[in-house]
Amino acid sequence: MIKISAKSVDVFYGNKQALFNISLDVEEKQITALIGPSGCGKSTFLRCLNRMNDVIDICKVTGQIMINNFDIMDKTCDVVRLREKIGMVFQKPNPFPKSVYENISYGPTIHGMAQSKDEMDQIVETSLKKAALWNEVKDRLHEPGTGLSGGQQQRLCIARAISVGPEVILMDEPCSALDPIATAQIEELMDELKKEHTIIIVTHSMAQAARVSQNTGFFHLGQLIEHGSTDKIFKNPDNKKTQDYITGRFG
Amino acid sequence: MNKYKEELLNKRYKAEKRFQFYGQSAIFVALLFLTIFIFKIFSTGFTAFQKTWLIVPVNFDAELMLLDENPTKQDIEDADYYEIALQSMWNLDPNANEDQQNQLKRMVSYFFEREIKQELLKDPNLLGKTTEVYLTASDDLDQVFKGNYPRDLPEDQRRVSDYQLKIFDEMVVNEKVESKFNISFFTNADSREAELAGIASSFMGSIFSILVCLAIAFPVAVLAAIYLEEFAPKNRITDFIEVNINNLAAVPSIVFGLLGLGVLLAIFHLPRSTPLVGGITLSLMTLPTIIIAARASLKAVPPSIREAALAMGASKMQTTLHHTVPLSMPGTLSGTIIGLAQALGETAPLILIGMVAFVNTIPGSPMDPAASLPVQIYIWAESAERGFVEKVSACIMVLLGFLILMNLAAQIIRHKFEKKWS
Amino acid sequence: MNLVLFLFIVLLGFTSYYFGRRKAYAIQSTKTRLTALPKFYGYYLAIWCAIPAFIIFSLWAVFEPSIVKFLILSDYSNQGYLDDELNLIYEKTKSLARGQFTGEITPFIERSAEKYLNFRSIAQNSKIVIVLSIIIASVFYAYNRLSGNSRTREPVEKFLNAVLFAASLAAILTTLGIIFSLIFQTIDFFKVIPLLDFLFGTHWYPAKAFVRDASEPLDPSMYSDTFGSVPLFAGTFFIAFIAMCVAIPVGLMSGIYMAEYASNKVRQYAKPLIEILAGIPTVVYGFFAALTVGPFLKELGNSMGLEVSAESALAAGGVMGIMIIPFISSLSDDVITSVPQNLRDGSYAMGATKSETIKKVIFPAALPGIVGSVLLGISRAIGETMIVVMASGLAANLTFNPLDSTSTITAQIVVILIGDQAFGDPKTQAAFALGMTLFLVTLCLNIFALKVVKKYREKYE
Repeated sequence: MIKISAKSVDVFYGNKQALFNISLDVEEKQITALIGPSGCGKSTFLRCLNRMNDVIDICKVTGQIMINNFDIMDKTCDVVRLREKIGMVFQKPNPFPKSVYENISYGPTIHGMAQSKDEMDQIVETSLKKAALWNEVKDRLHEPGTGLSGGQQQRLCIARAISVGPEVILMDEPCSALDPIATAQIEELMDELKKEHTIIIVTHSMAQAARVSQNTGFFHLGQLIEHGSTDKIFKNPDNKKTQDYITGRFG
Repeated sequence: MNKYKEELLNKRYKAEKRFQFYGQSAIFVALLFLTIFIFKIFSTGFTAFQKTWLIVPVNFDAELMLLDENPTKQDIEDADYYEIALQSMWNLDPNANEDQQNQLKRMVSYFFEREIKQELLKDPNLLGKTTEVYLTASDDLDQVFKGNYPRDLPEDQRRVSDYQLKIFDEMVVNEKVESKFNISFFTNADSREAELAGIASSFMGSIFSILVCLAIAFPVAVLAAIYLEEFAPKNRITDFIEVNINNLAAVPSIVFGLLGLGVLLAIFHLPRSTPLVGGITLSLMTLPTIIIAARASLKAVPPSIREAALAMGASKMQTTLHHTVPLSMPGTLSGTIIGLAQALGETAPLILIGMVAFVNTIPGSPMDPAASLPVQIYIWAESAERGFVEKVSACIMVLLGFLILMNLAAQIIRHKFEKKWS
Repeated sequence: MNLVLFLFIVLLGFTSYYFGRRKAYAIQSTKTRLTALPKFYGYYLAIWCAIPAFIIFSLWAVFEPSIVKFLILSDYSNQGYLDDELNLIYEKTKSLARGQFTGEITPFIERSAEKYLNFRSIAQNSKIVIVLSIIIASVFYAYNRLSGNSRTREPVEKFLNAVLFAASLAAILTTLGIIFSLIFQTIDFFKVIPLLDFLFGTHWYPAKAFVRDASEPLDPSMYSDTFGSVPLFAGTFFIAFIAMCVAIPVGLMSGIYMAEYASNKVRQYAKPLIEILAGIPTVVYGFFAALTVGPFLKELGNSMGLEVSAESALAAGGVMGIMIIPFISSLSDDVITSVPQNLRDGSYAMGATKSETIKKVIFPAALPGIVGSVLLGISRAIGETMIVVMASGLAANLTFNPLDSTSTITAQIVVILIGDQAFGDPKTQAAFALGMTLFLVTLCLNIFALKVVKKYREKYE
């Protein structure tokens, strides 16, 4: 089932165009990987999906992005509610300078999801368990989140993202700042999470894309060259550029 | 979506709007004050640039002046003008009694003798004739003419009597009262009489103080900055010096006044109330500002310039003096001008070292006693006479004018001459 | 006379430079290579001229007065005078010699004055001779030692280095000067007035001390309730508090708005305009407070049935607050702008509104920096003088009613020291004691604030 459907999306930074006419469908409860050489626009596209590009003054986005049959580019779209439904994990782990507990409870607090302290405790514990972090931090819930290791911080950010129960999780090169063991842990986590959430991951590691994703989209110089099942893209791509990138001729 | 959620969302958006509103109103409040302030100063100050003159016929009666036939220039200089001056004022109302004659005399400034004398010296042929002379109106009448004085107070609470007002109004009707640009505001020294007071002495006092300040602070600060930024080894002493500089930058200005009083006056016995001592005190205050600005400019020069010079075989001293320092000059000068602008506005330290004395001569050197513009503002502001209110505002306008000029100069120097190391 | 000598020495300096360079050229023309540029030979020689001159000059300036004084007073040494009396005699001698004496002239003083003039002229003449001969001797010595192998650039540069180092000591000298000027007066003050009375007394009325007869010895018990500084501390902190009540909300909110919400155009115009508030001299603020704000508040209060002084603490504190707004605004702006964008993105991605992000994520992250800026603002408020002097009354009233008038430490220093002061008088010493207190308090505040800001910087850079 199609969860997200982007049609003819263009993105401009001032006068410079960064994305050209992107049309892409994302399957529900699967992992879709966006690959391509650096600077090709994959992160930019990712940020369109939760309207994070609004934060950048000079960025202009046109086109149509349907999520749950609602065009999020429409003027009436409430960005705050949208971002409750779509979570994001960033390249560099960015826990808030607060305690572990407060990092997780931040989202549910502002969206009014817990009526009592017990409910909030429950949400925090569930989120941390889902992110495979609970056992490591359950005794240090009130210590600063910034005191955790890199891999733990990123899992904290993932727990924070899922604490508000999003339907979609966007991940922007989540493992590029982490060591191989932490990376493996997160990839394992992603596999679990896809049972409940639709995941879109931007990665410049083809190996990672091949490992974790079911679908892949290949971006190059702001254009979506090809997209389809991961199997097809990696074993039998239609486009020569895709083939060249996969086999390492450039990027 | 349930109702609770919807309500919460509305509340959140309302909170967002409120927050933005607070931010906007904060900026608005700050700018509102600025506007009110400028408006008030300008509206009370601009009248000070006009001076009211009474046009009075004067009979240069040689007899009353105690002159004989064919007087020489020197005789005219030494003649007695008091009688004819009095007569000219009394003639405004030939029927005046003694009390009223006194009041007539007080309608002009005490310079009126001198003004009449100047008229004759300009044209000695007037001797024996009657001519109209411009006399400075008293400060009370000056304020009345400008509309600053409440005419409707009961007479015993006024400084201008009904009689004086009557004569004055008659003169206004007969066009014998004129308002002209007030040059004397700029050329006169301070005076107890508001109508004669000018900013010349305090202006020169400020100029001299700033020049002394510049002469001491600029070289010492730039040299110190060069040392600290380019040559100082990383050791305890250097740290201690830097801590000192940062602390001095935040010491209240009045403490520097105490320093001036306790050391410069009490121990070195420098002359009190002079721009020399004022300038030295100000230079101590300005040192940290210039050092910090100069260091920032030196830091901004890229290391590649230094390395290129050293690679040519220049010594460290030569590299610094020939390359680094000249390139950092725009930023340093800009910071210096801003530091001087701050020094120009300082009042408390100068009061403490005595530059608050009543000085009615224009200083000719930094060793002559003087006041400064901000101190003049203080002195006049403390005076009870209404005539001084407009003078204070006008003096403030002059001071602010200089500060704006200096800040503009600093900006221009920075933008035009500073190289952008991209 | 000194000036002429000084100019002459400068002239000698230039001459030495010229000769040094000439010798260098001479050496060069004999085909011997020089180890430094000719001009350095010149500078080298000029330094040999300048340093001995400077040393002699300084020594002379330091010792001559004491030696002359000793010689003059040796006439009186066996007559049983006390130190104080001897000082007085010497002062009288000096003023008579300068033609400034206005008292009774005794034959003793006259003779001493003549001797004084004699000694001074002998000293002057010998100074000239000694200085000039030392200069000539040293320059001659250095000149003869110059050769093609002389390393002249290094000593010159070492000298310059020393000059630079000396310049940087100026800051330390200033601090020492401040401490020095304050501490002796303060100690003298506390010899007479007990420290506890000063710190805890609740009446400040130095005018009482004006009324005494200067020749009477000081009776401390008379002053047990004249130099109590509690009303001053209270007034200072109270007015600073009022000022911060104005400055913090307005400064902080405008700083936040400019950092997070304002469009470039608004920032371009509003920021410099608010900075103007920082450039207005405080005496001008004081005038404005006294002329406009004070009477306005009084009218307003009266119309509401309140008793408001025309010189209320509210007027002075309010205007002071407005003066401090730009400090807090621009420091907060800087601090908030430097919070990493990463943190903001994390919060927005969670579906937070802008204000929620600012309140719950950015502000707490920036808090140490903002606290630092507030502390610096408080330090300015405490040290501010003219606004209080002109707008808030000069009587040290102990009150916490903002509609009343009160005074601060700084204003009292001005009150005491405006006009002539006699050193050695307790009220003058009191002013210095107040200055010392002020200096210490602001010093501690500043050190603390800088520490806080530094800790913040380490966190994010």
